[in-house]
Amino acid sequence: MSDLTRQSAAQLAAHLAAGEVSSVEVTQAHLDRIAAVDTDVHAFLHVSTESALATARDIDARRAAGEDLHPLAGVPIAVKDVVVTKGLPTTAGSKILEGWIPPYDATLVEKIKAAGLPILGKTNMDEFAMGSSTEHSAYGNTRNPWDLDRIPGGSGGGSAAAVAAFEAPLAIGTDTGGSIRQPGAVTGTVGVKPTYGGVSRYGLIAMASSLDQAGPVTRTVLDSALLHELIGGHDPRDSTSLNEPVPTLVDAARQGALGDLTGVRVGVVKELSGEGYQAGVSARFEESLELLKSAGAEVVEVSCPHFVNALAAYYLIMPAEASSNLAKFDGMRFGLRVEPTEGPVTAERVMSATRGAGFGDEVKRRVILGTYALSAGYYDAYYGSAQKVRTLIQRDFAAAFEKADVLVSPTAPTTAFKFGEKLDDPLAMYLNDVATIPANLAGVPGLSLPNGLSDDGLPVGFQILAPARADERLYRVGAALESALENVWGGPILDQAPELEIR
Amino acid sequence: MSTLSRDEVARVAALARIDLTPEELDRLAGELVVIVDAIAEVSAVATPDVPATSHPLPLSNVFRDDVPVAPLDVDEIMASAPASEDGRFLVPQILGEDS
Repeated sequence: MSDLTRQSAAQLAAHLAAGEVSSVEVTQAHLDRIAAVDTDVHAFLHVSTESALATARDIDARRAAGEDLHPLAGVPIAVKDVVVTKGLPTTAGSKILEGWIPPYDATLVEKIKAAGLPILGKTNMDEFAMGSSTEHSAYGNTRNPWDLDRIPGGSGGGSAAAVAAFEAPLAIGTDTGGSIRQPGAVTGTVGVKPTYGGVSRYGLIAMASSLDQAGPVTRTVLDSALLHELIGGHDPRDSTSLNEPVPTLVDAARQGALGDLTGVRVGVVKELSGEGYQAGVSARFEESLELLKSAGAEVVEVSCPHFVNALAAYYLIMPAEASSNLAKFDGMRFGLRVEPTEGPVTAERVMSATRGAGFGDEVKRRVILGTYALSAGYYDAYYGSAQKVRTLIQRDFAAAFEKADVLVSPTAPTTAFKFGEKLDDPLAMYLNDVATIPANLAGVPGLSLPNGLSDDGLPVGFQILAPARADERLYRVGAALESALENVWGGPILDQAPELEIR
Repeated sequence: MSTLSRDEVARVAALARIDLTPEELDRLAGELVVIVDAIAEVSAVATPDVPATSHPLPLSNVFRDDVPVAPLDVDEIMASAPASEDGRFLVPQILGEDS
């Protein structure tokens, strides 16, 4: 069989089911690939070789015994380090959690384990998922497989880079303002933020609870659908979990791949284009619209006038909720404890010393901003006003979805930038997420898929947004565009990525 | 619109229980001003007639059945604690902080 690491999860699942390959072989091939390229890419913070192979052996034995297995059983997966995994180190990219071994699994990890997917390891990320470049990880940068001098996006740069570098066919991401979709865009991979509440948040180390959502990171739209169906569904341990069945996403992806979008209305969001968008990004976007029209879709323009205020609202809500969520890192029950070098060793002073030493620059920046926004006298003016903008953005979405079944835009305004380019300019860094943030504020689902290379030879992403609870539309339209694009390219976009040096 | 002075950053950092070095205070005071400016924009559109949205898809009366479930393993929890004694977290002095 040809290189196992180049296969999609769906292809691997079919080979496994047919008995053409074992899960041990598939898992070992990916572990070998990690050993060969991850010195350069640094997508992983921890590689769990032994437990991955143990799972693979177990699945092979159960398959041999004729057991009825989940379709993805035996297909390996990487998990973002913000998701707790029992027995595997979980740091969320922060020094304050260095060495912490969680005593429990996140619900989505329980589902992955129950389905028999070997967990290859934990992927790098911006500390506590705060960032758009993975440069804010306390454990070093992840490098973009397309150009090792450039960022892989963030916060989930590790998951996206792992999938783009063929170190894993599947990965888990989390998306608070674009942390699944923007890394997908800049690495030429697919990422989906489900409807808020569609995937349990139990066991995710929370940044902003009203925005956080876990989802799939893959190389194909169908693979995302397969993984989304596995991790989705109601969880009584998450009080914001939607108590309703997961939509039929795999069927939607398969239907979309047939290429017929007759009767589908695609709305182009006027406010998510033009100034600030790189020329190559805009050009690929226009070409993709033509492909959608050729598939039978009706393309209309819609206006969402309050999207221009989304970034400002986000940068009040997110730090406010993060400052509250991160109060638990107090040096008392888990992770780092630092005692003050002089004066009395009291709990309060230990907490301040621990957080001063354990948090990185961006986390300090956001916690302090959030504390300020929530402090006496400011709450209504800041957090309260931002929540009103959230209402206005929801109204914009509601009006737009009257005219269109899905909304589309470029996922990110630019391709991957070089390390350090935006590190000292928080506002420039935050602008990466200008097109992805509205979905988080409104709770609607979004998908990014690669739609070509810009003038600089780097990948560009195409974003599709659907109404809440209509995630299946993302997969139908996404799979249709993917198949039309691959017809033009003659194969997947990652075939055009430079070969990584094997070490 | 207010800006964040160095003293204000120091006050808020104390509220947030984060020790900052003098260099960090200087840098944050400069950087946070940029972000706080964004607040003016939000205030301009957040008129009194607009209701606030605290949660994207509001759910109400979310309860689970009141049945006991197995707790986490105490030894596993304590294995990752900074300090413990007799199966409990060992923490610094918490009373008499003003003394």
